[in-house]
Amino acid sequence: MAMTETFYEVMRRQGITRRSFLKFCSLTAAALGLEPALAGKIAHAMETKPRTPVLWLHGLECTCCSESFIRSAHPLVSDVVLSMISLDYDDVIMASAGHQAEAILTEIREKYKGNYILAVEGNPPLNQDGMSCIIGGRPFVEQLKEVASDCKAVISWGSCASWGCVQAAHPNPTQATPVHEVITDKPVIKVPGCPPIAEVMTGVITYMLTFDRIPELDRQGRPKMFYGQRIHDKCYRRPHFDAGQFVEDWDDEGARKGYCLYKMGCKGPTTYNACSTVRWNNGVSFPIQSGHGCIGCSEDGFWDKGSFYDHVTDTHVFGIEANADKVGIAAAGTVGAAVAAHAAASAVQRIKQRAGEHHEENDKS
Amino acid sequence: MLTDLPTVKQTAVYVYQTPVRIWHWVNALSITVLAITGYLIGSPLPTLPGEASDHYLMGNIRFFHFAAAYFFMVGFIFRIYWAIVGNSYSHQLFTLPFWRKRFWSELVHEVRWYAFLEKEPRKYIGHNPLAHLFMVVIITVGGLVMIVTGMALYSEQTGLGSWQDDLFGWVIPFVGQSQDVRMWHHWGMWVIVVFVMLHVYTAIREDIMSRQSLISTMISGWRMFKDDRP
Repeated sequence: MAMTETFYEVMRRQGITRRSFLKFCSLTAAALGLEPALAGKIAHAMETKPRTPVLWLHGLECTCCSESFIRSAHPLVSDVVLSMISLDYDDVIMASAGHQAEAILTEIREKYKGNYILAVEGNPPLNQDGMSCIIGGRPFVEQLKEVASDCKAVISWGSCASWGCVQAAHPNPTQATPVHEVITDKPVIKVPGCPPIAEVMTGVITYMLTFDRIPELDRQGRPKMFYGQRIHDKCYRRPHFDAGQFVEDWDDEGARKGYCLYKMGCKGPTTYNACSTVRWNNGVSFPIQSGHGCIGCSEDGFWDKGSFYDHVTDTHVFGIEANADKVGIAAAGTVGAAVAAHAAASAVQRIKQRAGEHHEENDKS
Repeated sequence: MLTDLPTVKQTAVYVYQTPVRIWHWVNALSITVLAITGYLIGSPLPTLPGEASDHYLMGNIRFFHFAAAYFFMVGFIFRIYWAIVGNSYSHQLFTLPFWRKRFWSELVHEVRWYAFLEKEPRKYIGHNPLAHLFMVVIITVGGLVMIVTGMALYSEQTGLGSWQDDLFGWVIPFVGQSQDVRMWHHWGMWVIVVFVMLHVYTAIREDIMSRQSLISTMISGWRMFKDDRP
């Protein structure tokens, strides 16, 4: 078989001019926060490097990651990246089906041993021998382990693959397990979000193909360039937070004026994602901009942190719908009452003792 | 009778050295500021009218919280240092003699004294065992938990690569996620508030009802005894 085409060749074949190609390289460099000189490096890499095959597997998921990905608004990314990355297997959008499709997995594994990227959307359920997710007649966990064994790196798309998401929410009957707990011998890049932002997905994948290395990750394995800061840190409503101007009710004056949604339980202060900078749908908006708080969908276990409208978790451990403030105030009140009662009892005891001593003294005299 | 001079001889021991006393009151002040501002960060004051540029209320509240936190933390580190160089009573905050039978029997006695089951408390030069236990659990362990969780939350705004993040950033994935750390930090506040209530009450009560001085000791450093019996 002939040598795989380079990115540049694919782009030219698709009728993209060199001028547009170079623009794309500059834009990508800017989007990734790189210095201008690196645009040339990106162009060079794309002209010379063969395309890296990407296998995109689907476990327990809702396909919102794919839906997000195909809407990547960066003009060339939406057009080209799909061809660029040589997406050889993606059962949701591929033309082939059945045995033909499954054969691709084996073929790529053998041909590009240790050289392809495995992208996983969703996660494997481990209970009942993985029977809760069957792909091509076999449990998904088997397919995942097989394909992962020869890959270069794993990308965990979305909160499902990264943390577990809704199917792993308490009590997690199928024991849905995030990818990094199943695949432990390969680098795993987490791109959480439900779904992740399209441009974040294409950005991560472009970085990996261009520089032939995985992006710098934080402690939890997320690319720092998109998950290094909280929504709150870059939120355009942040000045209202610092000023102490809050929405107190969904349709009050503050809501109309676009005040901070902190009191409505916005989870921007606890959520690491790029929504407040990259935004959604070609940078049109993001949840806070449309007047609703962030629900923290890119955070670990966000389904199990109580209401979407509380920024401090209700602590169910301590009883029905208890939270730290309610229990704290109740405890302080109880202790206050107990202290008062104890003080009164102490005083009574003291008086009694004194009286007793007086009696003794009187008896002596 | 009333004109008679007291016939009992009162003894005194120098217990709390000056740095310990200063630390105690700085700590008390910073805990007060931390609890109030911390509560207001969790449940902010009613919204303010006008332009955002006219106000900086939340910013100021947070500033005082962080400033007080640094006082608390520096004090904590200093207190560890003083436990090493200070007198024998200054070790108590960091050592709990749980392996000694005597500690437990005295602890039971002290609990019985609070339950009105003992007629008279015993005398202690340092902390009584019950106070000692509470001090170690709430001030030392609790204080440490608040410092670690608080600095982890603080590192979220100082950002990746800051020294706060290098030292305390690991706490967030260790506990779960940012929201969990907040929840525990919030709980810690209530634990300390309840402790402060008990602490102030028992200090006043012991000052009146026990056989030794309490409140004045934390001001002058001298422990006075009201009688000469053992």
